[in-house]
Amino acid sequence: MILAAQVVETDAQLVARCRDGDDDAWRELVERFSRYVYAIAVQAFRLPQADAEDVFQEVFARAYENLPKLRDDSAIRPWLGQLTRRLCLDTLRAGARVQVGDLPEPSEVDESIANLDEALALHDALAGLPDNCREILDRFFARDESYRSIAEALDIPAGTIASRISRCLVKLRSELEGRNTPLAESGG
Amino acid sequence: MHEYDEETLSNLLRTLPAPPQAWVQAAQEIPLARRGLDDIVERARADQAFRDALIADLERALEGAGFESDPALAEAVRTRLSL
Repeated sequence: MILAAQVVETDAQLVARCRDGDDDAWRELVERFSRYVYAIAVQAFRLPQADAEDVFQEVFARAYENLPKLRDDSAIRPWLGQLTRRLCLDTLRAGARVQVGDLPEPSEVDESIANLDEALALHDALAGLPDNCREILDRFFARDESYRSIAEALDIPAGTIASRISRCLVKLRSELEGRNTPLAESGG
Repeated sequence: MHEYDEETLSNLLRTLPAPPQAWVQAAQEIPLARRGLDDIVERARADQAFRDALIADLERALEGAGFESDPALAEAVRTRLSL
């Protein structure tokens, strides 16, 4: 098993490679921001899955088309956030079933997106952990997998999962403290 | 500076669930789609002769259909059609 932490490319470096037509970079960019876009659609705007899927695909289609026009490569996250927000609002307004009064309050959306920004920065910090920690924390917290299924997938005893999670959280906290930057300000 | 206790970290990790893998894959294939992936797959499903040609020699069949040599596109066609 590989235990080394990944060397993580900055957002700006990744965007630059995408602009050069590097398909691998585009795949990585989608992977990096897919949870963020998805969470804005289903958590901040509470879109049903079918609408969320349309927004999700449209965000990345437009991002692909307009990436060359992005003025600041390091601003990809807020740019995607704004794009997602705009498309979610368009979707809600276009849906006959939604009354104007049903639209989420802008302040609620702002708060929700700020929380997602913090969560995304934390997710980025996971990249600084060994592979096994990243995998366990992601499967348990983000994918909501049971101890048993994690144990089967990673071929480790189920009885050790809880203690591994605890140790990995300690490592994650150390990683964050090493960065010495509040989560919402990190990234890029 | 935040206090990142175990509960805070756990809650933040839960905040970003993974979207369905098919959505991610479709978005990742946007560059390939722009280069004709969807058209190729659709044609291969509708045209048995074209599909047979792809199976026999994928790269040559794609070039014969007017697509420039593109290993990433060829690999995506192979995957989508289970060749």
